[in-house]
Amino acid sequence: MNTNNNSVHSTELAGRSLDEIVYFSQHKFHGGVHPEEHKTLSNQSNIQALAIPPELIIPLNQHSGRQAMEVVAVGEQVKAGQLIAAAEGDLSANIHASSSGKVIAIEDRPIAHPSGMRDRCIVIATDGCDEAEWLPPIEHPFKADKQQLLRRIQECGIVGMGGASFPSHIKLMPEVNKLVINAAECEPYITCDDRLMREQANTLIAGIQLVMHLLNASEAIIGIEDNKPEAIAELKKTIKDAQTSASDKFAQNTSDLKNSSIKICVVPTKYPSGGEKQLIELITGKQVPSQQLPLALGLVMHNVATIYAIYQAITQGRPLISRIMTITGDAAQLKGNYLTRIGTPISFALQQADAESCDKVIMGGPMMGFEIFDTQAPVIKSSNCLIAAGKGELKATDAALACIRCGECADACPASLLPQQLYWFARSDDLEKAEQYNLFDCIECGACSYVCPSDIPLVQYYRYAKNELVQRAEEKQKAAHARERFEFREYRKKREKAERAERHKKAAEARKKAAHQKGQTDEKKATIADAVARAKARKKSSD
Amino acid sequence: MLKSSPFKTSSNSVSRLMQTVALATLPGALALFYFFGWGVIFNLITCISVALLCEAAVLKLRQRPIKRNLMDYSALLTAVLLALSLPPLAPWWIATIGTLFAIVFAKHLYGGLGYNPFNPAMAGYVLLLISFPLAMTRWLPPETVITNAPNLVDSFLLFFTETDSQNRTLDVYLLNADGFTMATPLDELKTGLSMGYVLPELMHKPIFNGWINVGWQWANLGFLLGGLFLLWKKAINWHIPVAFLAAIYLISGFFHLFDDQLYIGPMTHLFSGATMLGAFFIATDPVSACTTNKGRLFFAASIGVIIVLIRNFGGYPDAVAFAVLLMNMAAPLIDHYTQPRVYGSQEN
Repeated sequence: MNTNNNSVHSTELAGRSLDEIVYFSQHKFHGGVHPEEHKTLSNQSNIQALAIPPELIIPLNQHSGRQAMEVVAVGEQVKAGQLIAAAEGDLSANIHASSSGKVIAIEDRPIAHPSGMRDRCIVIATDGCDEAEWLPPIEHPFKADKQQLLRRIQECGIVGMGGASFPSHIKLMPEVNKLVINAAECEPYITCDDRLMREQANTLIAGIQLVMHLLNASEAIIGIEDNKPEAIAELKKTIKDAQTSASDKFAQNTSDLKNSSIKICVVPTKYPSGGEKQLIELITGKQVPSQQLPLALGLVMHNVATIYAIYQAITQGRPLISRIMTITGDAAQLKGNYLTRIGTPISFALQQADAESCDKVIMGGPMMGFEIFDTQAPVIKSSNCLIAAGKGELKATDAALACIRCGECADACPASLLPQQLYWFARSDDLEKAEQYNLFDCIECGACSYVCPSDIPLVQYYRYAKNELVQRAEEKQKAAHARERFEFREYRKKREKAERAERHKKAAEARKKAAHQKGQTDEKKATIADAVARAKARKKSSD
Repeated sequence: MLKSSPFKTSSNSVSRLMQTVALATLPGALALFYFFGWGVIFNLITCISVALLCEAAVLKLRQRPIKRNLMDYSALLTAVLLALSLPPLAPWWIATIGTLFAIVFAKHLYGGLGYNPFNPAMAGYVLLLISFPLAMTRWLPPETVITNAPNLVDSFLLFFTETDSQNRTLDVYLLNADGFTMATPLDELKTGLSMGYVLPELMHKPIFNGWINVGWQWANLGFLLGGLFLLWKKAINWHIPVAFLAAIYLISGFFHLFDDQLYIGPMTHLFSGATMLGAFFIATDPVSACTTNKGRLFFAASIGVIIVLIRNFGGYPDAVAFAVLLMNMAAPLIDHYTQPRVYGSQEN
């Protein structure tokens, strides 16, 4: 049904000698699909720098945690690399100005988000000078303290650039044996990692060595799809050079790299081989336990682009202010990969690639990306691709037909779920059942929708069900909290009442005693006092 | 307006799937036509016309888009499968009532495509079999066996008026030279065995002339060919047909080894009646079958077992329809207990 181009790539590679550096994956993952690749549209030319846009719109929330806090004011002059918003809490990340200019606004602007929502952004009118202000380079990184390196990575606002945008320094804190580099780039159209590996293999291998040093890892494995033979050859050459030559400026500085090895694991081209869990299974043959991190298997995974950013942060003191982004699609005349500043408006990027007359703009790949409705929204740290689609290039928004339970989706699901069952449950709002059927193990890769003969937007249903479940859990928690508070208040009221009653009783007794001591001179008074005390006691007990 | 990823889809489509399946019945249908004559074509035409009319009418009543739903070809496929199961010269109202029931009751009253718990074609077939047992068991023997096969005009008259140009009814054609009524091989065997004959004696009848039994084995071979085409096209998974046929082979083989005078052999089971049609075209209906691969194995194997049990011990000569409907009922339960192991859900 789907044409399989594996054989083509494999034979291409088979001609090259496979040795202790490059090897083919011996494992498989369940399901997967073979969408048309469309990679050659954009991977034929060198990475170019995109011009500085007149206006940079830099969102304060480009990471998984809380929104960063602005540390500049409107009217302030900033330089490229200057901190403009500081991380708030653990999962947040620093944000830096990506070129020099003047802050002209700090306000809600449309951002690149599936819902087309607006969020707080710092708007910089650039001056074109691109005056920069980096942090001081760390001279001997292999001799530097681990904490110092982590602090540097954190300061530079490095987050995972493969899509999750998780702050990188947190993933580098533990010590693990194995580092896995995600270079699969399995989404169709996207070629930014491919070009990066071809052109910056030296930097990447040095970066991998650096990260291995940080993690105290003895082994690094680069997982890459077999449709990137040029990148594989480039990396292989560099690894060989690094192993043999003593000229490597880092290797000679350190002793703990002697026993370390970097290998390239070539995996078949099949979407979603670049999913974290799938790539781990392809490389190790093991599955990350459900609801756990790869750390459970003693490994950590980083994307190649992240490695590049980490290396630049440490050796050049350069914060994450730009990234390589693919601009492609039938409507883009100048398809290719562009070094793009964070905050560049999408409209500007499209204009630079001569792609203004497009039918539809997708950020990310066609399988997991989302449509951009307002092209004033900016490029952020996780934006790896813009597809300027021509007419008919992408799926029209056809209405879905009924599910016929054919089970194609279950065969395609890389998480071995039963997508059609999840769909029925989500549709009938039977969300507990969906959860029982492991909804939260869904990675939203879209393979199920891809094969669905009824064109049902399955992933949309799962996103809805997940959101709804999370919200309900939160509400439940809130309700439980409120009940607890209420119950405590009731308890406190009761307790206070009892204490009051005790006090009154004591007071009455004291009065009685006092009256007794006064003698029997005024029996009448005593009788009255007694009656009052009794009445009080009665009242107390009836309260 | 909000459209979620993915923005690319495969070329899979329901209508293409249904078309492929309908197309794959062609070799079997041609074999039936060759051996059983024009009645096969009349049944096909009647069933398809009635199915499309009913589908359109119900869609209109339910205020659903008519053209888009007709174009999914599911009603057409139901009609084709039912038509190929009917006795070729059964009167026109048999095909009409069966199709009407299949589309209106078995399919749309349950909610239309995707919601029907029972295979519509088989529901229609069973309704006919129970309501009109006589008409449903009068299969004219293969034209290669009988000498007086009706021509196109007589077939047409028999189908629509129940008497031919010389005022003869179907019963006249069913009498063989000895004055005995002929029936399908499975029917013949069932009747013969109940009358105390043993298999070797029955096998001398003209209907069993040639390899296994002429006519039906060619139709079964045709459906097997179409089924292999479906597997090659990945329109169906291998699980259902393989489990279905393996179960028939093993269970009938067991009985045959136990007593070869009383129980027909596995090859006869595999190539008679509706075995191949059932294995590749009926039991594989995704809507009413199991959805997990493990569940499909159990589902189809159970159908195979029930078929052999009914053929060997039950009151009906063939049993594909009953077996399929029975297991349709069990499908949700089987699905529940055969969920696949989710990624990362077990220790490595």
